[in-house]
Amino acid sequence: MNNWVTIGTAILYLGILSVIAWYAEKRKKMDRSLINNGYVYALSMAVYCTAWTYYGSVGRASTNGIEFLSIYLGPTIMCALFWPVLRKIIRISKTQRINSIADLVSTRYGKNFSIAVVVTICCVVGIIPYISLQLKAISASFDMLTNSSGSGPYSLLNDSTIYITLLLTLFIIFFGTRSVDASEKHEGLVAAIAFESVIKLVAFLAAGLVITYGIFDGIGDIFTQASVNETLRKVFVMDTESSYSSWVSMIFLSMMAIFFLPRQFQVNVVENLKENHLNKASWFFPLYLLVINIFVLPIALGGALMNPAGSVDPDMYVLSLPLSHGMEWLSLFIFIGGFSAATGMIIVETLALTTMISNNLALPILFSSSSIQDRRDGSPQTIILWVRRISIVLVLALSLLYDKLIAQQFSLVSIGLVSFAAVAQLAPAVLGGIYWKGASKNGAMAGLITGFLIWVFTLVVPSLASAGLVNDRFLNNGLFGQSWLRPYSLFGLDNFDPVSHSLFWSLLLNAAVFFITSIYSRKGLQETYQGEIFVDIFRQSAHSEGKLVWKGNASLNDLRSLLQNFLGGERADKLLNSYSTRHKIDLSNKKADPRLVSFTEKILSGVIGSASAHIMVSSVAKTEKLSIDEVINMLRESQQVIELNRELRRKSQELTKATQELTNVNRQLKEIDEVKDEFLYTVTHELRTPLTSIRALAEIVHDNPDMPVDKQQQFLGSVISETERLSHLITQVLNLERYESGRQKVHASTVNIGDLIRDVADSTSQLRQEKSLQLHIQMPDSMVLIECDKDLIRQVLYNLLSNAIKFTPPEGRIRITTRYNYDELQVWVCDSGKGIPIETRDLIFDKFFQARNQTLTKPEGSGLGLAICKRIIELHKGKIWAETSPEGGACFIFTLPSMKTFFLNG
Amino acid sequence: MGNKKILVVDDDPYILMSLEFLMQKNGYAVMVARNGKEAMELVEQAHPDLVLLDIMMPDVDGYAICRHIKTDPVLKDIIVVFLSAKTREKDIRKGLDLGAALYISKPFSTRDLMKQINSLVA
Repeated sequence: MNNWVTIGTAILYLGILSVIAWYAEKRKKMDRSLINNGYVYALSMAVYCTAWTYYGSVGRASTNGIEFLSIYLGPTIMCALFWPVLRKIIRISKTQRINSIADLVSTRYGKNFSIAVVVTICCVVGIIPYISLQLKAISASFDMLTNSSGSGPYSLLNDSTIYITLLLTLFIIFFGTRSVDASEKHEGLVAAIAFESVIKLVAFLAAGLVITYGIFDGIGDIFTQASVNETLRKVFVMDTESSYSSWVSMIFLSMMAIFFLPRQFQVNVVENLKENHLNKASWFFPLYLLVINIFVLPIALGGALMNPAGSVDPDMYVLSLPLSHGMEWLSLFIFIGGFSAATGMIIVETLALTTMISNNLALPILFSSSSIQDRRDGSPQTIILWVRRISIVLVLALSLLYDKLIAQQFSLVSIGLVSFAAVAQLAPAVLGGIYWKGASKNGAMAGLITGFLIWVFTLVVPSLASAGLVNDRFLNNGLFGQSWLRPYSLFGLDNFDPVSHSLFWSLLLNAAVFFITSIYSRKGLQETYQGEIFVDIFRQSAHSEGKLVWKGNASLNDLRSLLQNFLGGERADKLLNSYSTRHKIDLSNKKADPRLVSFTEKILSGVIGSASAHIMVSSVAKTEKLSIDEVINMLRESQQVIELNRELRRKSQELTKATQELTNVNRQLKEIDEVKDEFLYTVTHELRTPLTSIRALAEIVHDNPDMPVDKQQQFLGSVISETERLSHLITQVLNLERYESGRQKVHASTVNIGDLIRDVADSTSQLRQEKSLQLHIQMPDSMVLIECDKDLIRQVLYNLLSNAIKFTPPEGRIRITTRYNYDELQVWVCDSGKGIPIETRDLIFDKFFQARNQTLTKPEGSGLGLAICKRIIELHKGKIWAETSPEGGACFIFTLPSMKTFFLNG
Repeated sequence: MGNKKILVVDDDPYILMSLEFLMQKNGYAVMVARNGKEAMELVEQAHPDLVLLDIMMPDVDGYAICRHIKTDPVLKDIIVVFLSAKTREKDIRKGLDLGAALYISKPFSTRDLMKQINSLVA
């Protein structure tokens, strides 16, 4: 493919990235963040997948089989620790405004300058090869695509890598150094990175699909062909014993890498917007890793089958296969996918390294030299930005140099692993620092240096030697001719592969030296304080920032001008004002409040790193030395206050709960009261109606002696029947009251339920005949005996039956059925009336339901019958409810538990 | 003067029976309604001079009938007297607010009732 088309596409792609980054920055300014969600966060985490994944995994798989997966298993395992461990690091970094992993270590160990330097050097030395690896991938894929390798003499002007590196430098400078405050989020960059993660995934999947299903006949076809191939068969099995150790060490390395690689720290911690984004990331990120690895093995095997002679670098199979089949545009897209994988890594890694270099190396040196400190007017903001920009150029230049000098001789994966091993050295200092108060600066320093030196000796020096940059004689003979100092088999350990071997010794000694030195070394004031803060971060209140360590005098003006120097006048004033309002600090006081001093230091650490910030603030605040005891006491006090607060909050919650309960009980009582009032009112109302008739009728008869006799008879007869109605009502009210109060005893006896039903049916025969109703009684053949109060159940049956008679139109049918259902007897009383609306089916058992719903139905009867039935059945521990009968009428069903039921065959 | 027309509205047959007798005895033309629907129809058709109105009825309640009478320009001169077992203060106030001339609690004295009706219709 044409050289310029390829370069043009790459430039276009960077242009799109810029637009995305620019748009995200714009959204951030409008306070409508584009990246404020867990998926974007997880995608930005996928910057883990670099060109190494994109090209290197295939290369690795073609020789070592599924071993490439170990690099993705590690992070997947670590996802389980996102919430407990990573969240802790995020919380610490947020409260302390930490902006790089070097800053984290330095802040933990007393904001120490030298340890930050050591970490920075470790990272820079460890990571530069890794960045150069990406450049190598870009140039290799570029050469593959344009078919330009080896054509013509090499010249700098022809080297596409150089141009692309230049472009990247500009991109990073533009979007990475917008603000002096490095702890501020680079939302534009993160959006671009997330976008790149999508592109590389799609491109890789496209490549995989085309190779597997286009060039070959599916995964099955590839594996079948590969299994008959002698050399490829070995990739299906884990062959030697050493491969177990390399599995373990690769998994371990990648576990460390996902936390401690500077770029991972950048996206995981510094750019994290919300802690709970971790929740989504902890399943979405592993899913991403799984998907991007699906086609690695098919591509690797396919590549090996197509290039049996080894004419093509396995790392480039992804690109070479479609290219050799003439799919040029697809190849261009695949190239862009790899380009995105590489650039994403370069961008974030460079940014992270730059922050470290500027904040931990350059700025402390600049600011501690008196010349710059005195010349405060010389706008440090500009200095900081330029230091950063120069660092970016420096990092990329070094990477390019490494690429040209050394990297060409190694595979992508082997360079990556060397970097992984370097950052793994941070594990004891960081993890020890956040979980162990006893960790000391000296321990961390000694451990780091030990581990780093062993790493250099066992991995870097040999690689330099094989590149011909140093004499390689000691590789076989050992340092100073001592055979136990051979880089690949230190202390005679020689059955590991080089990376596992290096990792084993460096980390073992690193951790050992760290712990032993920590235990035996004295700790300074600052590191003890920071240790308390880091380890107990979740116990610190959100506002513990004001809790001193500065006990000295500083003038407010000095602090203000310090902040203004670094942040600009407007922003500094805004920060100071909002902080003092929040903490009710009087800004008119000339002497600065100690909390303001701490605040200033913290803000500055976001800009220039904690070590430099400490130096700067010390220069204006004349500190009195605090004793360790004082510091610890202050910390303890603040913790006690937190405990006390927590206790108070708990107590107040209990009180609120108690109050709530009281209110509820009160309301219930009131409701009961209201129900009782309502009941009384309804009862009196129901009593008044017959009473009214009685009085009116009686008065008329009394006042009209001359009325016809038959009229008199009619009136007096009505008086008598209304009197009966009245006394019936009174009896029912009293009954109900007795059942409800619990004074009614159940006088249980053994009752033949069949006899009882027939008995009740007989007593209503008169009423039924008046309306010509049919009554069917269906009972089992056997005699059912049940333990119950005969009089009460008779009352229930009577009420239900007379209701049925009342509501069934003339000529209708009533059916009484008994069923025996496991441990209960069911009695069904169904009629062919108009039924009960479903919405009132439960309400009809309420007292005076009819009376209170006058507009629905007129009371026929007292309105208490069903309520009484319900009470009686409940006294028998049974249930009563209403349904619609098959004919559409009403069905009332009650059950009686049959503790003692006898079936006697009749 | 011709016989004054009185409509008695109640769903209790015994009360209807007694009031019907009482009104006739006192020389009024009596109509009876056993529910709201009948009452409405009779009010429209016969335009009685006075309505004795129960409140709780199977279909429309007495308040609604009173409201109907009092808001209709043609019917609004009809005198409404509530006869109800609802004796709460708020029930009584509601009835009077709707424009009823009287609210008599059940049970009532027939003699008093007649005295009141006679003076209202006169």
